[in-house]
Amino acid sequence: MSPKKFDVREHKLVPKHERVPLPEATEILKELGLDPTQLPQIRASDPVVKAIGAKPGELVRIIRESETAGKTVVYRIVVVG
Amino acid sequence: MSFLPQPTLKVLERIKFGVLSPDEIRKMSRVQIITAETYDEDGMPIQGGVMDPRLGVIEPGRRCPVCGNTMHGCPGHFGHIELAKPVIHIGYVKQIYDLLRGTCWKCSRILLSEDQIRDYLSLMERLDRLFPNLKPRLIEHIRQKTAKVQECPHCGAKQKKIKLDKPTNFYEKDKGVRKLSPDEIRARLTHIPDDDVRLFGIDPKEARPEWFVLTVIPVPPAQVRPSIMLETGVRSEDDLTHKLVDIIRANNRLKESMDAAAPPIVIDDLWELLQYHVTTYINNEVPGIPPARHRTGRALKTLAQRLKGKEGRFRGNLSGKRVDFSARTVISPDPNISINEVGVPEEMAKLLTVPMRVTPWNIEEARKYVMNGPYKWPGANYIIRPDGRRTDLRFFKDRKALASSLTPGYIVERHLIDGDIVLFNRQPSLHRMSIMAHKVRVLPGKTFRLNLLVCPPYNADFDGDEMNLHVVQTEEARAEALELMLVQEHILSPRYGGPIIGGLQDYISGAYLLTTKSTLLTEEEVMDLLSVTDYKGELPEPAITKPVKMWTGKQLVSLFLPPNFNLRAKTSVNAGRLKCEDEDCFNDTYLVIKKGKLLTGVLDKKSIGAQQPESFYHWIVKEYGVDYARFLTDNMFRMFIRYIEKHGFTMSLDDVEIPPEAEERIREILREAEKDVAQLIEAYRKGELEPLPGMTPEETLETKIMERLSRARDQAGEVAAEYLDIFNNALIMARTGARGNILNLTQMSAALGQQSVRGERINRGYRGRPLPHFKPGDLMPAARGFVYSSFRTGLSPVELFFHAAGGREGLVDTAVRTSQSGYMQRRLINALMDIRVEYDGKATLPDGTVVQFSYGEDQVDPARSDHGKPVNVDRIIERVIGHEL
Ligand SMILES: [Mg+2]
Ligand SMILES: [Zn+2]
Ligand SMILES: [Zn+2]
Repeated sequence: MSPKKFDVREHKLVPKHERVPLPEATEILKELGLDPTQLPQIRASDPVVKAIGAKPGELVRIIRESETAGKTVVYRIVVVG
Repeated sequence: MSFLPQPTLKVLERIKFGVLSPDEIRKMSRVQIITAETYDEDGMPIQGGVMDPRLGVIEPGRRCPVCGNTMHGCPGHFGHIELAKPVIHIGYVKQIYDLLRGTCWKCSRILLSEDQIRDYLSLMERLDRLFPNLKPRLIEHIRQKTAKVQECPHCGAKQKKIKLDKPTNFYEKDKGVRKLSPDEIRARLTHIPDDDVRLFGIDPKEARPEWFVLTVIPVPPAQVRPSIMLETGVRSEDDLTHKLVDIIRANNRLKESMDAAAPPIVIDDLWELLQYHVTTYINNEVPGIPPARHRTGRALKTLAQRLKGKEGRFRGNLSGKRVDFSARTVISPDPNISINEVGVPEEMAKLLTVPMRVTPWNIEEARKYVMNGPYKWPGANYIIRPDGRRTDLRFFKDRKALASSLTPGYIVERHLIDGDIVLFNRQPSLHRMSIMAHKVRVLPGKTFRLNLLVCPPYNADFDGDEMNLHVVQTEEARAEALELMLVQEHILSPRYGGPIIGGLQDYISGAYLLTTKSTLLTEEEVMDLLSVTDYKGELPEPAITKPVKMWTGKQLVSLFLPPNFNLRAKTSVNAGRLKCEDEDCFNDTYLVIKKGKLLTGVLDKKSIGAQQPESFYHWIVKEYGVDYARFLTDNMFRMFIRYIEKHGFTMSLDDVEIPPEAEERIREILREAEKDVAQLIEAYRKGELEPLPGMTPEETLETKIMERLSRARDQAGEVAAEYLDIFNNALIMARTGARGNILNLTQMSAALGQQSVRGERINRGYRGRPLPHFKPGDLMPAARGFVYSSFRTGLSPVELFFHAAGGREGLVDTAVRTSQSGYMQRRLINALMDIRVEYDGKATLPDGTVVQFSYGEDQVDPARSDHGKPVNVDRIIERVIGHEL
């Protein structure tokens, strides 16, 4: 029905998102001194999250171009919705 | 350290809101209010009326019949009114609507199957635990889902459509339309089981849905609605009292009609009246019903109006309140006080006080203040003994004896004196520099005085602006204000890595005139200039020795520069005829400072101006600190003002006058443009105009005409500038950046140019023409708001009309913009004010929720940055080797 499905990750305005494997995620949270509820959230229904296949509870790493710092890494936790 | 008992501190964990049940209302009530009468003939409150003494005492000397306290101790007590028939609570109409639509009319169950109910309940329970912020979305989902169901999954009844006729009437649509009475609604809500209620996002323990329909209403204590005595001796009741009386009267009439078995139409009418009174008692601004009014025609202020809006309880009394030790008056300028100071009228200094703890070291001073008393400055208004007793010096005769009785441990509330730390504020307080700490200078007069250089951070001028002053009362607050809030600590703004405090207007003109090449000063003039500063050293060698000793302005400036300061920079005047690319240039517009000596170039807006990042003044603040920066503003800048004061500086009509030949050239330029426009119109009429991409031919024509006309105005301006003397005062101000620009001069001397509304040439008004002076469809410049005249020659009536139309738009824009940005500012502040930067650089909310993993992503304090950059390598090199690479 639909012509070739569009992959949001290829759009130039969408920064790089990647799934963080569980052991690494635990490590990162320890490093940051945070528990998962303190993280910024991203919805499981978000097109990028669907595209990379992350499930609720998982950590997503977002690598963005930053006006001030050149490149910046942030983490979000996938939530239902 | 205080020996008073310290209050126990506890952390507020959460607040839960609920709805009062009829039982709770009755339980907390001390008296049932049954009569609309308030007072008898003797002026005594009637038992069972809205002023019943059991509702609390507010008259002095009387004791409360309920708690036995006087007016100071009695907290007030609630009463209640039993309604003859239930009415809808206007605040819960939406919830009632959702509940009626989401439940079965017959069995009152939620319109979901048992399985769905179970699943949703467990999901809701999990969300409550893990992601409470997602719960509203689930509730909304359920609400939408249930509203669509056609048939009850429990009893199979076919569902009817519920209609809400705002504000409080519900209808059921089946074959016909039938009104649902509050009675009936309440019955349906009563039958909804607790679990089903939960799925609507309502906790049945705190708020059963049937409580949304009122059967009994609480009567607030007298303290909440005190009556006031007018000067005439007539008692005037609070708006709430009036409304309560209305409710009781309507309620009693309804009850009587019911008892007398009146026809249903009569009863329904009275019932509706009761509904109206209860609704307006709660909220008198409900859309769709006329607000209840006072006899005078003023709308009553009822419950919701007490809380809502700017003057309401929250914004008016809780988020912000009136404070002691504060003052407000008009501001006026004083270039002779420091930027860190504020001039306070003596009259005010005698009313504002600072608590001064008496010690062996200041006891003599304290005695002097007490002896001077409250009316002689510097004196004192109160003394507080070590046991906490306060003596008002206004009513104490023998102040001499009192002064000698002072011992260490007393507190003297002395007048404000020079050097006291105060906070100074101008609204709107849009950034942190809107409140800064100043040191007091008590001065004669009735206005606050402030140094002109602090106008930019406050955005103040002297056309009648008023400012507020707050006297800080404790040592801790004084220390904090002095270290963190003093004006000099805010020279660098976090808004744009650069100084927000700096020269403006006459400071810039003065600096330019002083440092310009042609300025030579005699010994007398040099002495005069230096006398307004703190300069204590020797005079430098004069630049000219014969026939008389003369000094340059540059030499005077150099006296105040740090000896190792190097800078090369362009100036504002470095443009047009006076362009300089390097230091070896006779135009003297390239600024060169080597080893603290101003060698070439002038100081103007680009070097000493406020809000100029990467400028002379910015580097001084950054590299030599705020103390030194303040030293410059209080000395060198003062010298600039002194110079322009002696030199004299003004502008007149002559400054914008151009010779007839220039006028002829300008007319020629405008004629030329007019011809081109006529050609464009001609081409458009013939359909030969090539449309620009994405535009209709009409838009293309407009764009091209505007382009051509603005070019004509620019050309006219250039011609005018050519004929203006370089040392014409108006032009000096424009060139140095002190005030105005070349466009302003053009409009004054050559032509005003195109006036516009909404970015278009003026075309609104009559059909096809802005004014009846033109033919319909005339597209020529004159008929579409082009002004050929200049401000000097004066505008024709039609031109004046166009100018006014354009000017009006600007005024409307500002009015609209300020209200919109003010609202946005409030919302942003409320959302962002609790964010803090943790020690590890994370920006978080108080509960630890991350906002930014690293503050600003680079952890740079913008105030300490160079226009946003953390380091400026070029400047470092220049500082070290004296010039760029
Ligand atoms: Mg003003
Ligand atoms: Zn009482
Ligand atoms: Zn049913």
